[in-house]
Amino acid sequence: MSAVIVENIIKTYGAKKNVVTALNDISFEVKKGELFGIIGPDGAGKTSLFRILTTLLIADKGKAAVDGFDVVKDYKEIRKRVGYMPGKFSLYQDLSVEENLEFFATIFNTSIEQNYDLIKDIYRQIEPFKKRKAGKLSGGMKQKLALSCALIHRPSVLFLDEPTTGVDAVSRKEFWEMLKKLKEQGITILVSTPYMDEAGLCDEVALIQTGKILSINTPQGIIKDFKKPLWAVKSSDMLRLLNEMQALDDVEDIYPFGEYHHVLLKKEYGREQLVQWIRNYSHEDAVVQKVEPDIEDCFISLMKN
Amino acid sequence: MRSLRFLLQKEFRQIFRDPAILRVIFIMPVIQLLILPWAADYEMKDIRLSVIDQDHSSYSQKLISKITSSGYFILNDNSASYKDALNEIEHDYSDLVLEIPPSFEKNLVKEDESKLFMALNAINGVKANLGGAYLRSIIQDFNKEVRLEWIQFPRFNPELSIEVTSSNWFNPLMNYKYFMVPGILVILLTMVGSNLAAANIVKEKEIGTIEQINVTPIKKYHFILGKLIPFWILGLVILTFGLTIARFAYGIIPAGSFLTIYIFAAVYLLAILGLGLLISTYAANQQQSMLLSFFMMMIFILLGGLYTSIDSMPEWAQWITKFNPVSYFINVMRMVVLKGSSLADIKEQLFIMMGFAIALNGWAILSYHKRA
Repeated sequence: MSAVIVENIIKTYGAKKNVVTALNDISFEVKKGELFGIIGPDGAGKTSLFRILTTLLIADKGKAAVDGFDVVKDYKEIRKRVGYMPGKFSLYQDLSVEENLEFFATIFNTSIEQNYDLIKDIYRQIEPFKKRKAGKLSGGMKQKLALSCALIHRPSVLFLDEPTTGVDAVSRKEFWEMLKKLKEQGITILVSTPYMDEAGLCDEVALIQTGKILSINTPQGIIKDFKKPLWAVKSSDMLRLLNEMQALDDVEDIYPFGEYHHVLLKKEYGREQLVQWIRNYSHEDAVVQKVEPDIEDCFISLMKN
Repeated sequence: MRSLRFLLQKEFRQIFRDPAILRVIFIMPVIQLLILPWAADYEMKDIRLSVIDQDHSSYSQKLISKITSSGYFILNDNSASYKDALNEIEHDYSDLVLEIPPSFEKNLVKEDESKLFMALNAINGVKANLGGAYLRSIIQDFNKEVRLEWIQFPRFNPELSIEVTSSNWFNPLMNYKYFMVPGILVILLTMVGSNLAAANIVKEKEIGTIEQINVTPIKKYHFILGKLIPFWILGLVILTFGLTIARFAYGIIPAGSFLTIYIFAAVYLLAILGLGLLISTYAANQQQSMLLSFFMMMIFILLGGLYTSIDSMPEWAQWITKFNPVSYFINVMRMVVLKGSSLADIKEQLFIMMGFAIALNGWAILSYHKRA
């Protein structure tokens, strides 16, 4: 049985003339024990989707089930067995770390001791500050506390809405390590993120844009689907190079990528052509290399089509 | 029950951890109760008077000295003409003009009647009204004295005169503080009940904690009770605090029993907390809730009979006061504190208040949803 099933969910906001479609006919499934990533830019509908699945929002159309329970009919059951960490830090800032954790444990009818083993890896890092008020914690610590609170009742499905937004690179890496460990405990995890580089860390990813799912696949599968040759170019005048290449009809796409620009050419052209064009524009020191696409290249090309 | 206990514990922790709120809760009653009753005094004193004495007789002198010695008036100046006196009023140096025409004394003695002219600055309606009334009664008094002087004892007074003396029941000295303090206490309770409770719940919305609570299996009525009970207790604490101040600062000891006050206050707080809850379900942030509460408070105070008597309002306004919970409590407070009314006397108000409590809370609970 799948942990999460979403069928043809539609959600619109506003009325009459100003209708915004947040989710447009979305369907997907998440297998039990999977780390499922939902990747998309801001405003893609990630939070709306999570709020529907955590029973905070009712969809206009479509069906969804979490852990076998319908999100509308059996919302009470779902609330007992999901953990939700909203994108915005939303614990009691004027309560201490320990008090927050204790509070959430109690309202789920459990206690810290009962589920300590589940959160201990995470909680141990903030335990030295357990008397400190939650509002006075650093960003990374707040996030660990929020995760601990979302886990304290041993949920079967965990929803993390943009957990790594606004978190430094080291903490982000740590956070993903934590998620991997949680997955080993058998918890299904749905995580949304605007960062494409995090997609590779998921078991499966759904790419979502303006309320539509562009692709659902494993990270490897997505890369495998990318069949066109990809070139990396570099010269001393990167901006001029970008503008000139963009103007060419035969270049399908060019975008900055680290210290290089990545270039996609139309089918019939090869390396010689590309070198020729660059030379025409008198970039003396240009470098042209063939590169293997990574997941970001795949997403960029998916989004542009 | 366990989760309710924890909700309450959490709520109290948060209240006691916010020193600003705590300070306001305890300083507000002290300041309001120590300052407002002294300021809100209907008795007009020091009304500034301009006199135009064109008679300069012994009677006119007597009248003026009688007026100024009454204690209500301060003689601003002796103007030469009405025009001068009006000038004084225009510059707001004077509130009242009394013109004594020439041959005031002569007419009084000869014709047995004389005329006086009074002009009032009606920008401040209360002052003009009361000042005029005071002056009139002083002149009447003067009139009587003059007559007494003339009439030889034991000749019978040819003129019938009815003298009215009044005694002020329940507040013999017409002490306004006795009247204002219970009313101000009601306003205090209302502020704590509706504003604080509403702001508290809306704060959870604003910070997003309510979202986190909503995804938990916590029951709706547990959450609402968890919010109502702390402020209910806080309200009763403030009432106790206020009654203590009333006792020691003004010597106000309720003529009725404390139990009656507390029973009514308990029901009243439920109603007003329901209102706070209702505001919080409709307001999206603390600004909205504050504005809404402020708007309500204005209506509650001005149409609650605290400053202006409900009986003197036009009929439509009196109808509005029937939907104002504050007016009932102010009324009950005054009845119990001054008159010593018992539970039986206020039973009608008590039932109406229960109706308010059920209606407001019911509405609030129906419109509070754990999801959008």
